[in-house]
Amino acid sequence: MLKARIIPCLDVKDGRVVKGVNFVDLKDAGDPVEQATIYDREEADELCFLDITASHENRETIYDVVAGTAERCFMPLTVGGGVRTTDDIRRLLLAGADKVSINTAAIERPEFVSEAAMRFGTQCIVVALDAKRVSSGRYEIFTHGGRKETGIDAIEWAKRMAASGAGEILLTSMDRDGTRKGFEIALTRQVADAVPIPIIASGGVGNLDHFVEGVREGHAWGLLAASIFHFGEHAIHEAKAHLAAAGIPVRQTHSQI
Amino acid sequence: MIAMIDTGISNLSSVKHAIERIGIPVHTSANKAEVVKADALVLPGVGAFGEGIGALRKKGLIEPIRDRVLKDRVPILGICLGMQLLATTSEEHGRHDGLGLIAGHVTRLAPTEPGFCVPNIGWCDVDPGRDSVLFPKDAERRAFYHVHSYYLDCADAKDVAATIEYSGKNVPVAVERENVFGTQFHPEKSQDAGLDLLQRFFMHLQDQGRVRIEAA
Repeated sequence: MLKARIIPCLDVKDGRVVKGVNFVDLKDAGDPVEQATIYDREEADELCFLDITASHENRETIYDVVAGTAERCFMPLTVGGGVRTTDDIRRLLLAGADKVSINTAAIERPEFVSEAAMRFGTQCIVVALDAKRVSSGRYEIFTHGGRKETGIDAIEWAKRMAASGAGEILLTSMDRDGTRKGFEIALTRQVADAVPIPIIASGGVGNLDHFVEGVREGHAWGLLAASIFHFGEHAIHEAKAHLAAAGIPVRQTHSQI
Repeated sequence: MIAMIDTGISNLSSVKHAIERIGIPVHTSANKAEVVKADALVLPGVGAFGEGIGALRKKGLIEPIRDRVLKDRVPILGICLGMQLLATTSEEHGRHDGLGLIAGHVTRLAPTEPGFCVPNIGWCDVDPGRDSVLFPKDAERRAFYHVHSYYLDCADAKDVAATIEYSGKNVPVAVERENVFGTQFHPEKSQDAGLDLLQRFFMHLQDQGRVRIEAA
């Protein structure tokens, strides 16, 4: 039986955790390895690091964060942000990441996804897709934190990426990210129904009902959220208990932190 | 000494950290002489079957592993791709021969029910089969973390130590035959459930006098 996965995401810049509201207005919330350890203890189903380090020289910091986390946490770890070459992927996997997520590099050079999947296996290649609703009502892919439009149809892109060897799609609604209004359900469902690979819904979780909607209406079994967990509003086990109460299978936790 | 075989195609540090957490020193190696000396073998791995078996072949490790396991009864634990490599054959991107330590064929997951994805990614409840080292008969049903598109279809049902329910079928996710062990899921990524399983495995090896668990 499928189980919904609760995936806390930590935005990391220069080796420190930050959380953006609509990708601006960043607020420091601590040491990533410490945070990861807390989520491991709380029995999060997976953990995601998104590296938003801008300067090239500080990009080395993420490898230390990943290695430090992998040493202490025995949970699946996905790392994204700035992944552009197979060498970036190799280094992240060697540092201890289980999956890497590719975003802009896939748009600039779609063959990169199939090359990466061939070399490392589809199971560790996640394609991150940032989508926004455009005037015609359809969803298009945006890059650069939602500032740059590409004109690419999100659903078509998801299908193409799945066919290219993506093992999973991390789907973020740029309209919802940071708003706490819940997942963009129509987008999530259209993408989830269009591809044979798992979808992680992201962007907009503000309360526990939003997780239920993500599965039941969005058809996504991976549920990513950040601020709802980071600031101690809700613990992982509360999110799982809420899903379970709604009849959605989850992995039971033993922790009550 | 426990040798963890480095095929060079995947990250081994998570498996190493997990085994060390339970107090077992592990030596990572792709060196034939070291593999031949080891008291137990761990074969982790992610990626494609062809590359995995190709890497073992290139390093000249296939016959030494088979000899140690079949003749000297050295225990081996395959994890994820490592479990699939124990099989006779695989159909992943062409037909390949495996190590031939567990009779069976590695075949692609083919869900017929809606909602089941390939790869199968996530936590699945694992049902213990017959009484085994990895899954003793009193073991509770627990979830382990899976990431796979293929599975080992065992020729002998007695080799199956545990299964998951996937699209109406019982898919083998742990195998055990005498000194040959394997898990399709990742114990090193399955938090307490995974660490407990590794502990059981190494306690068993300790009981056989093959390893000594040190204080973690």
